[in-house]
Amino acid sequence: MATSNPSAFLLTVNGQIEGANFPEYDNLYCKYCFVYGHDWAPTSGLEEGITQITCKGSQSSHKLIWNFPLETTFKSTNPSGWPQLVVSVYGPDVFGNDVVRGYGATHIPFTPGQHTRTMPMFVPEPTWRLQKFTSWLLGRRPEYTDPKVVAQGEGREVTRVRSQGFVTVSFHIITKDMKKLGYDTGPSSSANTPSATSGWSTEEQPHIM
Amino acid sequence: MASSNQNPNRSDIREKLRKKRRALQDTLGGNKREDDSQALVPSTKLSERKQRAAMKEPQSSEEDPGEMLKRSVRAQRQKKGLHGRSSAQDDDDDDVEEISTIQHRGEDEGSAEKAADPVVLSRPPTGSLSGVSSRITQTPDSHLDSLVTRRLEERLRAARSKGESLQQQEASLEPASRLQSLRDRDTVTRFDREVGPDRAGRHEEPLALSSRAKFRGAARRTEKDVPTAEEAYNFFTLDFEPDPRDGTEKKSKKRDKPRRTAEEDREEEEAEEDIQDEYEDQNEEAPLVRDEEDNLFVIEQSTQDFLEVKKAEYVGYRQLVQQDSELLFTPSFRTAPTSIKLPENMKPRYLEDEGLYVGERPPVSPINENILENRILKMEEGKKWFGDDGRIVALPDPIKESSTRPPLFHMEEDLDPALQPVYRKALKSKNANLYIAGAADPEGDYQLDVDVSGLIFSHHPLFSREHVLGARLAQLYDQYLTRQGNNLTGHLTDKLNGLRSALRNILEIHGGESLTQAMQQRISEYSLEVRNTRQLRDSEQEKDRTLLKNIVKVWKEMKALRNFQKFTNTPYKLYLRRENVDRASDEREHEDEILTEVMELEAEMEEVYQRELAEYRKQLQEWKLWRRKQKAKKKKRKKKKKGQAQDDTEEDEDEEQEASESEGPAEEDPLKPEPPEKPELDSVEQRVREKASRIRRQPGESILIPDLSASGNITATELCPRSETARREDVSRRSLFIKILYNNKEVSRTDGRCLNADFRAHFGQIFYLKILNCPQSINLQVFEEVGSSCSLLAQVFLPVPEPSVVTGIVPIEEYEFSSNQRVMFDHEGVGSDVPISFEADGGNKQTLLTSGKLSCCVCWGSGEDGVPLAPPASQHPGGVHSGLGRLDAVTFIGASGLYDMKKIGEWATQSRLDPNDPKNASIMQLLKVASSGEVTAPDYFRLEQLQEEFNFATDEEVDRSKRFRLLRLRNQGVAEFQSYKFVPALEREVTDKVFQEYEKRLKEGEIVDTTEHLDPHRALVAKHLQRIRESAMNRSVLAKHHFVLCDLVKEEEIPSIGFLGMNLFKLAQPKRPLKPQKKERKKVAAQNLSDGDIKLLVNIVRAFYIPVRRPQTNKPGQSQSATQGSGWLISQVQVRPFVEVSFQRTVLQTTTADGPNPCWNEELQLPFSAPNGNYSAAALQSVKDEVFINIFDEVVYETGSNDRDRGTSTHTRVEKHWLGSVKIPFSAVYSQSRIDGTFKVNTPAVLLGYSKDRSHGADGGYDTLRSMSEGAFVTLFITIEPQLVPGKSVREKFDSQEDERLLQASERFEREAARGHPDRRCITTVIDLNGKTVFVTRYIRPLNPPQELLDAFLDNSQDAAALVARFVSLVPSLPDRVSFSGACGLWSTCDQFLTLLAGDEEEHAVLLCNYFLSMGKKAWLIIGTAIPEGPTAYVLTLEQNCYLIWNPSSGQYYGQHDTFCPLQVVGCLVNADNVWFNVQKYTSPMSMSFDTTKARLWKPFFSRSFSHPGLSSVQPEELVYRRTDKAAAAELRDRIEKILKEKIMEWRPRHPTRWNRYCTTTLKQFLPKLEQSGGRDVAEGQRHELQSMLGDNRISGFPLHLPFSEVRPIVEAVYSTGVHNVHAANVEFALAVYVHPYPNNVLSVWVYLASLVRS
Repeated sequence: MATSNPSAFLLTVNGQIEGANFPEYDNLYCKYCFVYGHDWAPTSGLEEGITQITCKGSQSSHKLIWNFPLETTFKSTNPSGWPQLVVSVYGPDVFGNDVVRGYGATHIPFTPGQHTRTMPMFVPEPTWRLQKFTSWLLGRRPEYTDPKVVAQGEGREVTRVRSQGFVTVSFHIITKDMKKLGYDTGPSSSANTPSATSGWSTEEQPHIM
Repeated sequence: MASSNQNPNRSDIREKLRKKRRALQDTLGGNKREDDSQALVPSTKLSERKQRAAMKEPQSSEEDPGEMLKRSVRAQRQKKGLHGRSSAQDDDDDDVEEISTIQHRGEDEGSAEKAADPVVLSRPPTGSLSGVSSRITQTPDSHLDSLVTRRLEERLRAARSKGESLQQQEASLEPASRLQSLRDRDTVTRFDREVGPDRAGRHEEPLALSSRAKFRGAARRTEKDVPTAEEAYNFFTLDFEPDPRDGTEKKSKKRDKPRRTAEEDREEEEAEEDIQDEYEDQNEEAPLVRDEEDNLFVIEQSTQDFLEVKKAEYVGYRQLVQQDSELLFTPSFRTAPTSIKLPENMKPRYLEDEGLYVGERPPVSPINENILENRILKMEEGKKWFGDDGRIVALPDPIKESSTRPPLFHMEEDLDPALQPVYRKALKSKNANLYIAGAADPEGDYQLDVDVSGLIFSHHPLFSREHVLGARLAQLYDQYLTRQGNNLTGHLTDKLNGLRSALRNILEIHGGESLTQAMQQRISEYSLEVRNTRQLRDSEQEKDRTLLKNIVKVWKEMKALRNFQKFTNTPYKLYLRRENVDRASDEREHEDEILTEVMELEAEMEEVYQRELAEYRKQLQEWKLWRRKQKAKKKKRKKKKKGQAQDDTEEDEDEEQEASESEGPAEEDPLKPEPPEKPELDSVEQRVREKASRIRRQPGESILIPDLSASGNITATELCPRSETARREDVSRRSLFIKILYNNKEVSRTDGRCLNADFRAHFGQIFYLKILNCPQSINLQVFEEVGSSCSLLAQVFLPVPEPSVVTGIVPIEEYEFSSNQRVMFDHEGVGSDVPISFEADGGNKQTLLTSGKLSCCVCWGSGEDGVPLAPPASQHPGGVHSGLGRLDAVTFIGASGLYDMKKIGEWATQSRLDPNDPKNASIMQLLKVASSGEVTAPDYFRLEQLQEEFNFATDEEVDRSKRFRLLRLRNQGVAEFQSYKFVPALEREVTDKVFQEYEKRLKEGEIVDTTEHLDPHRALVAKHLQRIRESAMNRSVLAKHHFVLCDLVKEEEIPSIGFLGMNLFKLAQPKRPLKPQKKERKKVAAQNLSDGDIKLLVNIVRAFYIPVRRPQTNKPGQSQSATQGSGWLISQVQVRPFVEVSFQRTVLQTTTADGPNPCWNEELQLPFSAPNGNYSAAALQSVKDEVFINIFDEVVYETGSNDRDRGTSTHTRVEKHWLGSVKIPFSAVYSQSRIDGTFKVNTPAVLLGYSKDRSHGADGGYDTLRSMSEGAFVTLFITIEPQLVPGKSVREKFDSQEDERLLQASERFEREAARGHPDRRCITTVIDLNGKTVFVTRYIRPLNPPQELLDAFLDNSQDAAALVARFVSLVPSLPDRVSFSGACGLWSTCDQFLTLLAGDEEEHAVLLCNYFLSMGKKAWLIIGTAIPEGPTAYVLTLEQNCYLIWNPSSGQYYGQHDTFCPLQVVGCLVNADNVWFNVQKYTSPMSMSFDTTKARLWKPFFSRSFSHPGLSSVQPEELVYRRTDKAAAAELRDRIEKILKEKIMEWRPRHPTRWNRYCTTTLKQFLPKLEQSGGRDVAEGQRHELQSMLGDNRISGFPLHLPFSEVRPIVEAVYSTGVHNVHAANVEFALAVYVHPYPNNVLSVWVYLASLVRS
């Protein structure tokens, strides 16, 4: 089926939102969505989703585990606007209001193989202290108008944020036809070129610690 | 053993069994296939499909018997294995035979054994059953069928229970046999595992089957025979009640077959058949029951049966729980029965009972174990987790019974303090993360070898004086040796000789001949070279000699010292070997040397002298010349003097002075040049000789060769004085060791070595460092240990070796070190940093510091195959980034940073680079350059030297490529490409089509489109406007990217205390208040929308004073109007208006109401789609569409009824007559988010057949609303659903030429105004067309209106004012928000406005205000908010104690107390002097005062505290108008007429459009009169005239009036009246256009469109 002259390349993102480390909060769930450029389109899989609510285990690690699978395939003609994963974490505050606990974004890794990303999460800060108190009291914390804001750089200078925790996401990246279109994201050694039959290069990138 | 032997047998048997099964299937399936093919012929595709499903079904069910067979055979064989292999030979016989024999044998074995075999048991006794079943075949009854089933089941159950009980018996009774079978354990388990899934599958089968039962039924039916047509029909419509006969019939068929095949098989077949039947029967029963319930497809059922009325679905808690339980699995914690954990019919086996050792299982609580078991059972292949005893397979408990760890008995408090843990904060190394890539890999370990060989002190505090001298001597000797090794002097001497001989040769060859220029050049070069070399040699010789002298001197000193102190400390001994030379030859050589040198020097001196002489002569010549001139001058002067009077001396002097002055600076009085001295040739030889004696050995003097040896004796310690003994003891006490620090962490240290008397230490240790971190520094620290205390003596930093530096090839290098520690001793040791003197008088003091040399080397270890265990160069932190490797030839081939050319050369020879390898080409080149000695760093500096690397394409390529062009255009945000998706990846996929539209637009920008504008001037203006718009857009591009917090972050407003209180109060109020308060709708950000999301809601509330129909004055014969009959005053329908709203070609209308004051109260929803699907705020703002709200009168005509059915039915025709319209631009709705109010309906000047007389209207309820304004009004509410966020105004600060103080004041004023009254607009500064901020009062200045307008009403100023207002209103209006989408309100000056002929309300208002001022009125600009235009500007005039409010865009004026004045909010007033902000309580003009003198009501901008600085106006002195162009107007008229006629015909594609010429001419005459009257008062007479002229034609039509900007709005307006929508057969049209020219190309367009129906 693979044509010899592809006009677009495919990027398959498998993986999962593994969990988070929010030392202060519990009962969190998270929403994710992908932000990508004009030349990108998801061809299969979910573009956005919402995880279950998870509470901390009693083990010593105190990690929140979601293990929420991500499975999306993108088609694109241009690496510009490479997809980013935007994750926003929500959870109840002391009064039970659902408030945002963190926003974070990361680019989908470029190279095929397995990757783990730890996203630092942050939330916008109230503009002044009284606001902070009232927002705490009313459970209406400041939120981004659009979570996708965190995937763009424009206009961020007007906000102040506080860092909150970390979300760990693991990715398994498969690309197809990127090399044929002249985009070589693979490891520098060209020893293991993908076999011509499969077209999907899955060679693993050596880990750089 | 048994199993291995059995293997071939087994495979044989399997093979045979498979064959047999296939044969069986063939017989069964073959029949079926026959049936199938029979059925196939007539049946349709659908049935075919069903059949296929059915076909599969029986086959799959046949698998079961096959499996059964297999199993049984296997079980038999298992037994066979026990009973010997004699039977195995028989297996070769017929397989059927085989089974039977086995069976027989099994029977022979005895009943107990037989019972043990579950498979045999599961077979029911066959004989009786066959009898029953054969009987059943005769009774085709479903009842019987089920009966049979039941019986079969009973029998089966009985047999099974029997088997089980027997099994249990066996388990208890015969452990011995079990043990026996254990030998075969392996096979047993395998067998079990294979069978497991099969069984599970079998259990599930019935479930699956029942769901497919219906199809089977159908299929079976088709099997039976060829269906008739009716049957075929039924097949699709009817749901079958399965024919019970089918099953039995099939059974009988099947049962027949085995009989037919083989008698031996029979029993087997029967059993198999029965089991199958059992399932089939179950399957058949399921649909039977269901069919009765839902026979939905019975034809006779009514539609009601298909409809289902249900309650709203509520998912109850219980159901929810049930749903959850489908998704979630909660393993039960009850004990799972053993039977399901084990393969069926297996008895649990307990190995313990059989005497085998079974380890103790780890303790697990029973509940947990149960949970685990249940969970595992749910899983696929879960059974494999269970052992034979029905418990989970587990390893023995790994926990040891007794603790092996030594017990810690003590408690916390009595723990040894040394063992108390101490908390230390973890220190994070800054290099911790600098791991070498791949270092974690096992193969990627890197090894650094540090070889510490030894240490020599060149000075140590414990040196004695002799040591100091000895060290110095050694040093000098070292120096001497190196010099000797280099033998520079010899080299230079040879060179000198060579040069000399070459020079001599040249001179000899050419003899005394005249030398060529080139030759001379060469000779001079040679001699220069000779001189240089000679000097070099001389200095070297001098150095040699000095060194030698020094050595001798130090040695002498040392000897003296030794003599003085009477003991020796150092073993140094200097021998001076004399090498005698042949005195004569030596002398000759010496003499020759001196002579040559002398000759050369003489020659040189001669040459110099000659040169100087030449120079001197030249200078002398010049000097002489000068002298002569001077003399001549003097002579002249003297002559003059003589001729002149004596008293002229002063003057003369002056002159002289002048002359000298004039000469002086130009030409210094040149001194007479000194002739050069003749060189003293005599002294040359003297000097040469002196020098030679100084630097050279005397001729005949023997050559001294020093030879330093350490062979001397050291005086024994006991013979030394006390102080020396103390020193030596001190020395012996000391020892040295070296710490090796890697990245500032100690990794190792050498052993301690005693400090020898000769102050050397030999370590000879090599340290292999396995490294993970990148090497940052390698540091060796020399420590000196005295007793137990050690002190750091010195540090030696070693360079990190290059990756190519590998063990074995690196020589040990010496690294010098020193320390500035001050040490003093009271014994012989000289100390360090202490001045010492060797002179007797204590002079010539020296200060020596501890120093020495450490010989060591650092290199990378080499692996087994000689591979350096070095990290790759590219990841070296100091190295060049690998991506840029190609820039550095050396890095590219993996040897980074070898910048030392010498080293590169060495390395290249060592590693034997292949010069032919293209990879090495660059380094070869580099080496070649290096060896030629021309490696020079470029002496220029390049910016962005890496840019080339990143240029993936040349600029030309980028320009040429269509794809890049597309990408760039998109990036620039060009409208066409802004939201272009999927720019193709390849160049060839970009079609030219993509650019066509864009290029067309670009071209259009250049070419003036006259067809659209009809007027070249306007086209130019449009172009100009476009340009301004673009520049404004560009200006605001940056501003668009400015964000404020609220754009990005949603944040709740801080509630005030009052708000909080209200919230608390709200808790108490009722949930559903009687008067609900309006809630703010949620605003939607525009960009998230797509087509169809946005709707325009138009709520038509009511209308007032709709024109009413004029009573017909026609002849009574014309009975078609609805006004017929007597007594019309009562019964006449005055008017039946309805409203039609059209927006973006969507037309919706309300119901028809009655009377001139109708009330509709209807909401119409119109879909909205943005241009190009672009829903961004900017795009929405630039939507130019308008909402047309047209009011029509519905007129019903009776169109004659047929004679036949007169009285029973009438034919009526409905016509709609346009009465007026309201236009609201979408941009106004968008920017204000809602429009709510009563609007004046734009009614045509003449409405034929209608009267605007209010007396006809309802004279009841609306008196309160009456006012002086005329016309019809409509109350509307328009909004957009969902509410859109209007585009934000630009927050950019524009530059300004205004005074900074003024700007600040205006900012403050506006801010205060906004704080106090946020809803009132306050404008103090505006932006002009150049993008500069201008104070608003500068725009107000009296300006002359066109003279001809003033001339028209010389006597009546009121009429003149109205005419001027009309003129202003005729300038087309173009809202800023549309033209400069979202940018900002730009104000043009009046002359710009009149040139552009387009502007928004503010510009109209400014122009009108300026006209009024020039006409002598008191006029102000009102900045406020009106409906429908939103923020706007009006003009206020004061006329005889009453204020008039003028709408500059319509030319209308309203009294201050006019109810229908569209102005709603007055923000501020502006005139040329000041700006007043409205601080009154009310904002409506009706209820406020316009007296600006009252500071309480109007807050002035310029007050006493901040007076008017006298701002000059930006307006021109006066306006110049172009004359009206009548010819152009006439031309335009013709063209508009032509276009409109074409359009009307186009809109009526199905009907012929006839034009009534007579009427047209009449109308044409009529239009100019309307223009003259200003369209306000209708000449009643003219209407009558028209009526009479047209005779018995029924005419409906009206004149339209609009200012001219483009053709499109005219066409739109004509279309919206709907005149063309008359579909009567005999309709005729009349169209007249009149264009009235006003000065400056302001055109007023009248269109009179009428339809005539001949009656």
